[in-house]
Amino acid sequence: MGKLRTELMTINMGPQHPSTHGVIRFIIDTDGEVIHRCEPDVGYLHRSIEKITEHLSWQGIVPFTDRVDYLCAMNSNWAYVMAVEKMIAVEVPRRAEFIRVMVGELNRISSHMIAIGTTDMDMGAFTPFIQLLREREYINDLLEMVSGARLTYNYLSIGGVNYDIPRNWLFKVEEFLNHFDPAMEQMNRLCTYNRIFINRMANLAPISKELAFDYNLVGPNLRGSGVKSDVRRDQPYSVYSELDFEIPVGEGFGGEVGDCYDRFMVRILEVRESIKILRQCIKMMPEGPIQAKVKNTIKPPEGHFYSRSETPRGDTGYFIESSGGTSPYRLKIRSGSFTGISITPAISKGILIADLVAVIGSLDIVAPELDR
Amino acid sequence: MIIELLTSVGIPELAAKFIFAGAVGFLAINFIAVYAGVVSVIERKVAAKMQSRVGPNRVGPGGWLQWLADGIKLMLKEDIHPHGADHFLFNMAPFLIVCGVAGAFAVLPWGPAHAIAADLNVGILYFISITSLVVVGILMAGWSSNNKWALIGGMRAAAQIVSYEIPVAMGLLPAIMIVGSLQVSALTESQGFMPWDWTAFDNPFALLGFLVFLTGSVAESNRAPFDLPEAESELVAGFFTEYSGFRFACFTLGEFAATWAIGAITTAVYLGGGQLPPSMAGMIPLSIGLFVLKTMSVVFLLMWFRWTLPRFRIDQMMDFSWKYLLPLSLVAFFGQAIYILISWDSPAMQTIVSHLLALAVLGVIFLFAGRVAYNIKIQLIPINTLSTEIGPLERAGKIAPPPAVVEEVETAEEGA
Repeated sequence: MGKLRTELMTINMGPQHPSTHGVIRFIIDTDGEVIHRCEPDVGYLHRSIEKITEHLSWQGIVPFTDRVDYLCAMNSNWAYVMAVEKMIAVEVPRRAEFIRVMVGELNRISSHMIAIGTTDMDMGAFTPFIQLLREREYINDLLEMVSGARLTYNYLSIGGVNYDIPRNWLFKVEEFLNHFDPAMEQMNRLCTYNRIFINRMANLAPISKELAFDYNLVGPNLRGSGVKSDVRRDQPYSVYSELDFEIPVGEGFGGEVGDCYDRFMVRILEVRESIKILRQCIKMMPEGPIQAKVKNTIKPPEGHFYSRSETPRGDTGYFIESSGGTSPYRLKIRSGSFTGISITPAISKGILIADLVAVIGSLDIVAPELDR
Repeated sequence: MIIELLTSVGIPELAAKFIFAGAVGFLAINFIAVYAGVVSVIERKVAAKMQSRVGPNRVGPGGWLQWLADGIKLMLKEDIHPHGADHFLFNMAPFLIVCGVAGAFAVLPWGPAHAIAADLNVGILYFISITSLVVVGILMAGWSSNNKWALIGGMRAAAQIVSYEIPVAMGLLPAIMIVGSLQVSALTESQGFMPWDWTAFDNPFALLGFLVFLTGSVAESNRAPFDLPEAESELVAGFFTEYSGFRFACFTLGEFAATWAIGAITTAVYLGGGQLPPSMAGMIPLSIGLFVLKTMSVVFLLMWFRWTLPRFRIDQMMDFSWKYLLPLSLVAFFGQAIYILISWDSPAMQTIVSHLLALAVLGVIFLFAGRVAYNIKIQLIPINTLSTEIGPLERAGKIAPPPAVVEEVETAEEGA
């Protein structure tokens, strides 16, 4: 009897698949359940934001940056307004900087909650996800109190912030942190330290430092591989240089350095650091103006500008080519999700379909930021 | 008994048997339908409680008639056949699953030891073999759907159920060895009302067998953390991805009916069935109530697993069966044999061991319950839905609002 003829099966994972989180498509060739080739197909959520901005005023672009990454709209706002502030060389008032740090870190916590929760859900544990969404509601409430919106805030303006914080807002934030600290620990006991969960995530799809550099990973994905890289530390912007916080890196919490569990744990540790930053900001919040004097019609000088900031998805860059007009000549966004998804073919060879779900979850890929 | 009654009024014996079987089957199917409905609402309520949600609360008082609405909706839905499906197998599969589970109800007791539709002398063997019919249905569903996700789900199910059948059967062996019978009524009758009279706490090896059986049963019924065949986040919906309408309902019906079957057989074989204290012998409603209570406790345990634990990966699940459960069940089997050999002549030893074991297990359960109660206590915060100027934690009743500060906020917002 001759050798049995076998062939690979091509499966289409997405764009409507429960665990690709948004419209991302993977074309996978499998042998049974073992993946031989995995090819991400992006572009299903492309909304031409970069092109649209060429027809908008400089202030009018801010609401669009909300939609670039709706899970951390504050950080997206921030990344953009920082670029414009650099262009027109405006000094942001100190109080506004502290408010920006606070809303940014709150949004970082809420974004990491989604990342942690969806990873838990992909692993089959549904309860932590819902519990974390409940905690996120509190953050939405807090951000609603300052900005009036719950998801896309349009809160940061060029040269400051749009509204001052309500007077007992700092008290509310502290109260939330006091409640959230033990709640997060309980969540960790429920799922993060669960033996089944660790067994699934540990030693899975490890990314070495070299590979991470090759694919230009940023943010928690890069830190998961053991690289201490954070824009907040490397090129301190705003008032981060005055604040005391650690940069958690992957240390092989479950097994190998840079595996899925490391990337997952880095996010959990980052939430703790964000709590630390928030507590410091509450103490250090100065009085003063919240908005610098900026002309209604902004006309920046000619030239190109690049600004980096640390969003939950990592180092987000805004490259702006200005021709001196009232709108950018070209605006390019560099996002962490895009490099995150581009590494999947390299690390998903030989793993199972169930593992691919874990890899996508641990890379924290957000479809709108990926496609823009 | 009923057959004798029927033959005495002049009905031929064969016809009487058919009438009896038809009546029992009718009752069983109706029980399954109603039970699956009610327990689906219970499960959603339990899940909602665990996840700080409200759960179904619209249809009927407190949402308890949700299952009727669901059932009617599913019956009215279009029965979609995917293009290129194998229509005969596609139609057959859901009914095979229901048949497999409903067939098991023939040997399930309903309270008193002898209240069994068919008290076969090989009842346990029948139970183990008839439930295997389910895997045929799942494999058919996966294959005939003409969908790759469904196919993977079906293959996973076949591998999983075949692997876990061995530990499940082996896990029942200690009880069978203690009693010396495969008859479900005999297995129940040998136990008593108090926990130390239950087979599960007869000796450490019986307890081990009980745990192996329970774990294996969860896996065999495809429930989380072993819900790989229908892994929602991986395989869309697994083997029933392409099913809709009443055929889809049949899968759900089979799954929920399996929870009752597991609970009932566990209760009957290991947890004392519906046995009452000798002073209350013969009180049938009480016995039924006790049996249902124990069964539902096991069902609740299954729900608890499902909403707490993450899912296994396919290789880890196979490892778990072949590397851990099977050796453990062998340990239980041989240990039980040796224990019987040692304690054959000394009823005193049997009494002491069973009492100590039962008390120890109850103590552990008590400690665990305390821990759970503590976790619930520090967790309970109602959900807030509206966002006003009052902070989330005050609205949740977590702390009282500081009046002066709240007033300030209101004025500040008016000013803004």
